[in-house]
Amino acid sequence: MGVMKIDGFPVEFTDEPNILSVIRKAGIDLPTLCYHSELSIYGACRLCTVEDDKGRMFASCSEQPRDGLSIRTSTPRLVRYRRMLIELMLASHHRDCTTCVKNGDCELQNLAHRLGVNSVPWGYRERKYERDFSSPSIVRDPDKCILCGDCVRVCEGIQGINAIDFAHRGTDAMVIPAFNKKIADTDCVNCGQCRVVCPTGAISINTNIRPVWEALADPNIKVFAQVAPAVRVAAGQAFGGPRGENVMGKIVAALHRLGFDEVYDTTFGADMTILEESKEFLEIFEKGGPFPLLTSCCPAWVSFCEKRWPEFVPNISTSYSPLQMLGSVAREYYKDPKNNEGKKILSVAIMPCTAKKAEILREDLKRDGKQNVDYVLTTEEMITMIKRAGIEFDALESEAADMPFGIGSGGGVIFGNSGGVMEAALRTLCEGPDRPAIEKLRQSGVRGPGPLREFTFNYKGNEIKAAVVSGLGEADALLQRIKNGESFYHFVEIMACRRGCIMGGGQPAHAGFRTKEARKHGLYESDVNTQIKKSNENPTALALYDTLIKGREHELLHKHKHAS
Amino acid sequence: MIKIKSHEELNTLQKNFEDGIKNEPVRILVCAGTGCQASGSLKVWEKMCELAKDTKISVEFAPEVAHDHNHPAVHKSGCLGFCEQGPLVRIEPLGVLYTKVKPEDCEEIFEKTVKQNEVVNRLLYKNKITGEECFNQSEIPFYKGQTRVVLKTCGTIDPESIEEAIAAGEYQALAKALFTMTQDEVIKTVLDSKLRGRGGGGFVAGKKWQQVAGQPEKIRYVVCNGDEGDPGAFMDCSIMEGDPHRMIEGMIIAAYAVGAQEGYIYVRAEYPLAVKRLTNAIKQATEYGLLGDNILGSGFSFRLNINRGAGAFVCGEGSALTASIEGKRGMPRVKPPRTVEQGLFGKPTVLNNVETYANVPQIILSGADWYRSIGTENSPGTKTFALTGAVRNTGLVEVPFGITPREIIFNIGGGIRDDKKFKAVQIGGPSGGCLTEKQLDEPLDFDSVKKLGVIVGSGGLVVMDESTCMVEVARFFMEFTHRESCGKCVPCREGTLRMLEILERIVAGQGEMEDIDKLRTLADLIIHTALCGLGKSAPLPVVSTLNSFLDEYIEHIQNKKCPAHVCQKLKQYIIDKEKCKSCSKCARGCPVQAISGAPKVPYEIDQDKCIKCGACMAACPFKAIYVA
Repeated sequence: MGVMKIDGFPVEFTDEPNILSVIRKAGIDLPTLCYHSELSIYGACRLCTVEDDKGRMFASCSEQPRDGLSIRTSTPRLVRYRRMLIELMLASHHRDCTTCVKNGDCELQNLAHRLGVNSVPWGYRERKYERDFSSPSIVRDPDKCILCGDCVRVCEGIQGINAIDFAHRGTDAMVIPAFNKKIADTDCVNCGQCRVVCPTGAISINTNIRPVWEALADPNIKVFAQVAPAVRVAAGQAFGGPRGENVMGKIVAALHRLGFDEVYDTTFGADMTILEESKEFLEIFEKGGPFPLLTSCCPAWVSFCEKRWPEFVPNISTSYSPLQMLGSVAREYYKDPKNNEGKKILSVAIMPCTAKKAEILREDLKRDGKQNVDYVLTTEEMITMIKRAGIEFDALESEAADMPFGIGSGGGVIFGNSGGVMEAALRTLCEGPDRPAIEKLRQSGVRGPGPLREFTFNYKGNEIKAAVVSGLGEADALLQRIKNGESFYHFVEIMACRRGCIMGGGQPAHAGFRTKEARKHGLYESDVNTQIKKSNENPTALALYDTLIKGREHELLHKHKHAS
Repeated sequence: MIKIKSHEELNTLQKNFEDGIKNEPVRILVCAGTGCQASGSLKVWEKMCELAKDTKISVEFAPEVAHDHNHPAVHKSGCLGFCEQGPLVRIEPLGVLYTKVKPEDCEEIFEKTVKQNEVVNRLLYKNKITGEECFNQSEIPFYKGQTRVVLKTCGTIDPESIEEAIAAGEYQALAKALFTMTQDEVIKTVLDSKLRGRGGGGFVAGKKWQQVAGQPEKIRYVVCNGDEGDPGAFMDCSIMEGDPHRMIEGMIIAAYAVGAQEGYIYVRAEYPLAVKRLTNAIKQATEYGLLGDNILGSGFSFRLNINRGAGAFVCGEGSALTASIEGKRGMPRVKPPRTVEQGLFGKPTVLNNVETYANVPQIILSGADWYRSIGTENSPGTKTFALTGAVRNTGLVEVPFGITPREIIFNIGGGIRDDKKFKAVQIGGPSGGCLTEKQLDEPLDFDSVKKLGVIVGSGGLVVMDESTCMVEVARFFMEFTHRESCGKCVPCREGTLRMLEILERIVAGQGEMEDIDKLRTLADLIIHTALCGLGKSAPLPVVSTLNSFLDEYIEHIQNKKCPAHVCQKLKQYIIDKEKCKSCSKCARGCPVQAISGAPKVPYEIDQDKCIKCGACMAACPFKAIYVA
């Protein structure tokens, strides 16, 4: 607690971890390229350097606020230093900005513009390194790396993977997988969080826009899309809309205009997942184990489990993820000539996730050697396509998703939030009248801040111990505790990305605290506005059990064997 | 081996060992420091051993039996410091010091000095000015101006024998601390002595200890920085090699004072001899009960580990060093938290360098007042320096703070080699700067040199004469800091690269006047925004040469000339027409056919073709070719 003077104005501080936070609280957007409030403080970019009364200079990210301290944030000297730092970074950066994937969305470029860098007096940097296209999810371009270390810290500190780290010294320093392996040959789980925090084009999404676009133009191919819950609360902002607004209707309209024949809602798939997973859970619960049942919808988590915790792989639910559910069911649906109109079918999924690009390629998720979904496009790629086609998103009239896979429950839509899968699953177990039961569940602790939430749920007089965890580092610690016998749960939901799919590796980057909160509320609000709350009340899903998938639940809705 | 279980037992043992040494009729100490080893001292030692064996006399020091026999003993000693004159051999009790001893001299030494107490005059050091022969160490000007506290026993004992160290009184300070002083009293003594860290920063050591002792966390570490990385520096190396027990004793005392149970010595892997001797010293000390559990029966336990650094300069920075010990990438981190709060493995850590710890035992034994009587008020004690470069007597010296650079260079160092003119002395290594003729009479202590824009640093003193190009010196250090930058923060990583590029341009004759401004602006940026101390000080060699030798920069830039004729690309080989006899030897030796001429016509060099290889100059029998 205390008062600091920032540029002459008094600013109160309470528990801010550093002066930078106080400065930003005071409404000054001090530039940084290596600071993220959720990551450890690194202090490499030095852009947040400020000056105190005595002319002493220090990086405000790594200094604690002190009562009575008086600092200046933009003296001519500081402004000059910042400009020089950007010039120096640009000089060693492969500057093909006009054709770079990050053009227009690059933090380095934006800062250069903002700080008035109009020339780089230190020469031009040619391409030195090969790009790494080995991963289906991300592309590494070390020539664009400014060594801010954000990716290293998110991979190590938040996700606990350590797929990449620094190597070499000085200007030879670079971020690479150990022994300069390809990223696909590491423990990388494709979560894409490195790409979310990367300020430049050094790590980007491995895009599938081109083949999809070509299929859209082909009259002999019927292209359909499914849109994941988290996409609808993240896309609007890219077109000037408010943070976290549910723009599903406009997305459907835009995709139709792009040429998608049908646009479905992955929420439908989520309901299918819940139907199967809750059945599976009840079976185990009544049988008395093995516990815990671990959720299967997050592919980065599944990959992590296989690589780091093979002993827990049998605990993962065999139910397909929502994407696979819809993909699998739709594949059956389109086998009927009445539905495919004699055309080839291309199944596309619009996802907030880079790991889904890897999931669809998994051998153990193929049926008859064929993928259930042909391409995954991330939210970012969808936005790119809409912009590229010149569609004025904000002017579109909303459209409803197409049937038969266009209806989802409120439980399905909150899948995109950490805790959403658990909440949707437990809803199906709620007894008594819906409204109070669902409200009670909501208050049980399944929602809330923080990466780990533990709570209990009463089912027919028995206590279900449940946990919700997001972020693989946190999940890793949780599994260790379970293994050590320090913690016990019946049911655990694990999502690889902190806060869940709304902060997935394929979502628009640069989301600050307010955007994160808005996306979360956006999904919860969508639930509020949906008439059907429970997945097991989704009429179209239930109808399928009597028709398309009758007697084939196991074949069409479950993974048959885990790769272990 | 018996574990020493009390102060009394240590005293008895010391007495025994001392007697043993006294009873050695003759002690032959062959310097086995890295410098003397490089000039062949191990061959001398082998020869001495052989001769001793032939005369059926013991070559190994055996304390249990030493006082019973009447044979001379041959020992390897630690660095005597006078590396220029190595290999050095000291014969005791006569006290004579022989210089530049070769294996073939050994027989004569043996016959005359060992057997008959006669001096071999031709092996004595001769005073360069007076021509007088110096019989023993104290007569040699190189040693006269020195005050040896840290290096007291370095060179007089066998560093591989703990018995000799104990005989010399080592570990007595530890016993005193353990049995007669409380932890607070130890800290207070070190605080009162005003001992300052010798690694470069000059932070008061006692304060660090006090802060660590006051931390709520009870697991603490004591770490020794032996990652001496400055080009030309070998002070810590010599201490670790020459008297490892003194430093280890200092660390144990520090551990006792702050309540640490475990310590680490971080040594560069490029110091294999230091690693070997430290390992040996730790083993011996543990065997005698001076390290490990229940030290000297006091109940205090302390274990010491050695960690070898892979040679990154940046690992001399505290937080990079602890990261490296932890097995992480050696990269400085932001502070706070400071090392005293969260250092090694996140625990409170005392981190001092080798020389700092080596000062501690004598402070405990002789007291803070005694220590403060040496040196200056705010920089008490002595400082070791590695005196190198264009000075006559290169080597390891230890002098009280407050001495002037002139005394070191001209009295101890014997002046400039080949009677050339003094130009500058680089102090503080790549983090320091140059002192010029004008600054030679300023006192040398932490605060005074800071006012001159340089730092004491860890103790490198590189003397430069008139044939040194200061722009090239700046380029050399900038190349070093650029190469050794860890690459974390932008100003150090990118800024040093651009400064180096500019300096490379200037020494190649492609500089422009605005480059000087660019250098100054970049230096200002790096000094004020770099993350760690090494980054912040990286531009200092450039700043200091710019301040003192701006004319040399301008000469390179405007006239494309290197006044010292050092910069290869700016050299011009010219044939003196008067001296040229038209023999054509130069033209025939020129690999690029840049020289033409005819009989009776002086030859000429086509400067556009010339690649400045110097072959013509070497080939000319009439010394008609000179460099301009």
